[in-house]
Amino acid sequence: MLDTAPIRALPTARSARVRRRAVRTLLYVGALAVLAVVIIPLLFAILGGFRTTSQLVKDPVGLPHPWVGTNYREILSSGSFWRQVWNSSLIAMLTTAVVLPAASLAAFVLARYGFKGREAIYTLFTLGLLFPVAVAILPLFIVLRQTGLLSNPLGVALPQAAFALPLSIVIMRPFFRAVPKELQDAAAIDGCGAFRFYWSIMLPLSRPVLSTIAVLTIVSSWNAFLLPLLVLTDPDTVTLPIGVNNISSQYSTDTARVLAYTTLSMVPALLFYAVGERQIVSGLTAGAVKE
Amino acid sequence: MIIAFLLPALVLYALFVLYPIFQSARYSLFDWNGLEPLTKFVGLDNFREAFRADQFQGAFKHNVILVVLSLVLQIPFALALAVLLDQKLRGRAVLRTMFFAPYILSEVVTGVVWRQILRPNGLLDQSLGSAGGSGLVHAWLGDPDVVLFSLFFVISWKYFGFHMVLLLAGLQQIPRELGEAAAIDGATPWQRFRYITLPLLGPTMRVSIFLSVIGALQLFDLVWVTTKGGPINASATMATYLYDQFRRGQFGYASSVSVIIFSLSLVVALLYQRFALRRDLQGAGVGA
Repeated sequence: MLDTAPIRALPTARSARVRRRAVRTLLYVGALAVLAVVIIPLLFAILGGFRTTSQLVKDPVGLPHPWVGTNYREILSSGSFWRQVWNSSLIAMLTTAVVLPAASLAAFVLARYGFKGREAIYTLFTLGLLFPVAVAILPLFIVLRQTGLLSNPLGVALPQAAFALPLSIVIMRPFFRAVPKELQDAAAIDGCGAFRFYWSIMLPLSRPVLSTIAVLTIVSSWNAFLLPLLVLTDPDTVTLPIGVNNISSQYSTDTARVLAYTTLSMVPALLFYAVGERQIVSGLTAGAVKE
Repeated sequence: MIIAFLLPALVLYALFVLYPIFQSARYSLFDWNGLEPLTKFVGLDNFREAFRADQFQGAFKHNVILVVLSLVLQIPFALALAVLLDQKLRGRAVLRTMFFAPYILSEVVTGVVWRQILRPNGLLDQSLGSAGGSGLVHAWLGDPDVVLFSLFFVISWKYFGFHMVLLLAGLQQIPRELGEAAAIDGATPWQRFRYITLPLLGPTMRVSIFLSVIGALQLFDLVWVTTKGGPINASATMATYLYDQFRRGQFGYASSVSVIIFSLSLVVALLYQRFALRRDLQGAGVGA
């Protein structure tokens, strides 16, 4: 750690300043080293896409010479890449469109109405925080086969939405609780029913938490692997992560192409992060810090 | 009225979460390949077989190793960075953004890129070679003795930013005045960290540890993409073992493995909740 030695004698002002500066430099060096470890793999993928595979084998370090654009050009002009982008976007939107109303309606009554079995239902939902999709994947697969949802975007979106309910409800409930009771009483006197109150007052007031849930759902849907891997058996319906995984085993010898494909699949996620960093960071940590 | 509000969530949850988990528990009692009718009831035989199987024991051991490594290395590392970014450091916003970025990438992207970096004669080996460290060159993902640690490094690369941001949020809730007052009383930075920051960070630390443990017990995607649990199961986890059995049509047996994973998570969660909650309540009674 920084500066752990007990102070033996009071240092002079000058030596203290020198020491502070030394510590500061050391901290920067450490931070930059970590930064390098974070960035190098990403740069390697991006630059690797601009090489040929034989360049990559000979010299994976440094800038490509010459720069080769064919990998990226071929992928961007191929229909399958764009179809996967569309499939991923569609499934993310569907999942969000299901989670938001379902979770907010449930969290609304769980937050604002006293009724028998309320805490039991809430506990039932919180238990879901412990189920990863992997644990239920087998019967889930059978359910989806029976309902004819295999190779259907809904076959991924509906289970994903179901698995997103626990966290969404846990994050939303305290937020809904914090809205003053007087507001609801006043609305009730004016003849405003429960649904009307939920729709015209609660939801507009809860925009921050709704966008947090939306961002959270989109990110986890966009990155999901196991469920789409099993459900989307028709190659035309697969999402980007599955596409990347397929390409990397199909072209396992053409490393440069794999890296170009991987890089392009990162771009939407990184753009989304650049735009919505605040929401993403607060969303992903909100559930945890608030417990 | 209340039922109408709850209905969409309950139906969705029952159909795609509760029912499949109930079914898993049921299938786990049968010898079943997923095709024939569910008739060969075998009681707890699948569980006995799993606990006896070397492969499952190995996978369980790997999960435990990953849990321990996360607690001993990853979380302290994340904490150190959180403390660093809590200082008035120029560029700390940029650093935070960059450190968190890997968490946004999918497990597939992470796995595919790292597989290319760590493969024989890949980026890491060649960099080591040109830096004069060719003696360190290794089959990072091919050596059964090393692969689990390489995998742990990749896991940490992806997840440390999450824990860092979590702990940073916790640090920022601690009133600055406490540290400043202690400094005036002559406390060294280490003493301030040890006796003020760390205790007050307790609740956030416990959340971070809990998420890390549960995550390591259920680890699947990243392992599957990076190594498929290989070579010779040296990096298999319980979840990759489960998926392997599932692919072989051992539906009944695989279900028993999924019940084991879930029960384990539940036990850890309940114990932790009880233990951690009591600690937090005591802390509240003594402090404040």
